[in-house]
Amino acid sequence: MAAPKRLLALALAAPLLLSACTTDSAGDGGDGGSGGSGGGAGAEGDLVFSVVTHGSAGDAFWDVVQNGAEAAGEDLGIDVDYQSDGDPQRQAQLIDAAVNQDVDGIVVSMANPDALQGSIEDAVEAGIPVVTINSGGGRSTEFGAIGHVGQDEAIAGQGAGRRLAEDGAQNVLCVIHEAGNIGLEQRCAGAAEGLGGGISTVQVDINDLPGAQSTIASQLQTDPSIDAVLALNSAVAAVAVDAAQDAGSDAQVATFDLNADVISGIQAGDIAFAVDQQQFEQGYLPVVMLKLYVENLNTVGGGQPVLTGPAIVDAENVDEIADLATAGTR
Amino acid sequence: MGAIAVFSFFAVQSEVFRSPRGIANWLDPASTLGIMAVGVALLMIGGHFDLSAGVMTGTTALTVGIVAVEFRQNLWVAIGVALVVALAIGFFNGWLVTRTKLPSFIITLGTFLMLQGLNLGLTKLFTDTVTVGGIDDVPGYTAAEWVFASRLEILGAPIRVAVLWWLLFTALATWVLLRTRFGNWIFATGGDEVAARNVGVPARRTTIALFMTTAAAAWFVGTTLAVRLTSVQANTGIGQELIYIVAAVIGGCLLTGGFGSAVGAALGALIFGMTQLGIPYLRWDADWFYFFLGAMLLLAVLANRLVRRSAEAAPR
Repeated sequence: MAAPKRLLALALAAPLLLSACTTDSAGDGGDGGSGGSGGGAGAEGDLVFSVVTHGSAGDAFWDVVQNGAEAAGEDLGIDVDYQSDGDPQRQAQLIDAAVNQDVDGIVVSMANPDALQGSIEDAVEAGIPVVTINSGGGRSTEFGAIGHVGQDEAIAGQGAGRRLAEDGAQNVLCVIHEAGNIGLEQRCAGAAEGLGGGISTVQVDINDLPGAQSTIASQLQTDPSIDAVLALNSAVAAVAVDAAQDAGSDAQVATFDLNADVISGIQAGDIAFAVDQQQFEQGYLPVVMLKLYVENLNTVGGGQPVLTGPAIVDAENVDEIADLATAGTR
Repeated sequence: MGAIAVFSFFAVQSEVFRSPRGIANWLDPASTLGIMAVGVALLMIGGHFDLSAGVMTGTTALTVGIVAVEFRQNLWVAIGVALVVALAIGFFNGWLVTRTKLPSFIITLGTFLMLQGLNLGLTKLFTDTVTVGGIDDVPGYTAAEWVFASRLEILGAPIRVAVLWWLLFTALATWVLLRTRFGNWIFATGGDEVAARNVGVPARRTTIALFMTTAAAAWFVGTTLAVRLTSVQANTGIGQELIYIVAAVIGGCLLTGGFGSAVGAALGALIFGMTQLGIPYLRWDADWFYFFLGAMLLLAVLANRLVRRSAEAAPR
């Protein structure tokens, strides 16, 4: 009898111990903090902003957004809290949670605007300024957000398509790495527009890169007239380069988004260019915008989205950007 | 017990977590998960798994959206069609499992993958994109919103109506399990199917009915999603099936069948909901979310086990 009781006590005490540790680290996070995590938001004049994105944990792209938001928080002395969930309903619930905590401002990425509409409108109604980021710029004002910072997926796709056309591509394979992601579909559609037709799509799974490589290789073998592969993710770009070699194809590879592999690929001439949406700005700028609004009622963009891209990284400018990408800011 | 531990853990540290609005907030994810967990728990007590339960919420939500928006039908017609689709899938699962005697794990894994492909393929076929939107522009929406997605002010907290449905379904399932002949059949089938048959339990019919019950729960949750979010992504629900099973297991369902309760599964869902939103309330680093979630779950299961053991030991 004694042993189970002791174990039970341990099981109950463990969370309390855990919480003791986390209170400390929370205090560290909020420079000159508001006195631990207990009271939470809005204590004693310190601004607290919540950033709620649809990125899944560990996604390299969203890590840079988070870095941007946190860097801005540090520079401006604002407590920035970053949360994310790829499921639209759970993202909405995270926004509700931020509203309940009565934060001073909310930043939301809008992959699926319809699903977030209610929660964003609730935040606005509660008097909390909202800035939307990434996609969904068209609906931002309608929901009552004070501004939008992002890259329109379609416009970014068009930029990639035009560049591919300049490089002489005629038959482009657009690689979708996440089934059911609307933003990726919009990029391919935009690329088709920019190129003026001649785009086919293929579906791969981002969690199975070797499989993606063989799928791309098989497409290149089946249709030798494909002269360019457009990857929508930097990890896919790396395997697309290998796939072109496997298939003995001369197709050039272009991609969205940067990482170390893409940069060395551009430096080595294996990758023609990368469409960089400079997502660091999508984390940094909204924090600045919210601060300006909260303290001075300023708005940015005048009802139009503030575009962070597309910027093209190619052989000409890649060396300057290489170090920054390693540091997690590009 | 586990639920109380998790609640006190978060409530002690976060004022917002224990405020009425905060409670409404974390009851929300618990409710839809709970409705599924109760259905899945019944099936598990009956001795089977349904790996297609998660993606089926997506299938039904997409069916509601496509029938209503693309075929321009009244939303209630679409919801009815989705119910028929769900029950058909549930029947298919149950029939195949009882016919072939293959593990339900294999059969429903097949259904899971097929539905995942169908969800994406058909959505693109009908809408040329990967989402169905504009469900709120369809006739019948106002009434459907009232039933599936309205909010009730209780003590100043906007409680989602799904929470009430969750309580209702939990009560209903508990009554069926403990007070009806069908409930006895479920326990008997899950405990030992051959022995159950020998004493005259219609084990096959019970199994098929349980798969259809789970499917009906998926239909209800899928409809709630479609009505509430007004736009549905083709990848909705993938991966959720494991969460339902975990909630049922926390609630005391045995992986081998024959034991468990609907109330337990509902409490398992409650623990999940509290953890899911408790972590952002404490403003912990989101990168560690799944670690904390896992640790919470283990602690809850261990605490449950200890309590059950000492409770069982006491009278002897």
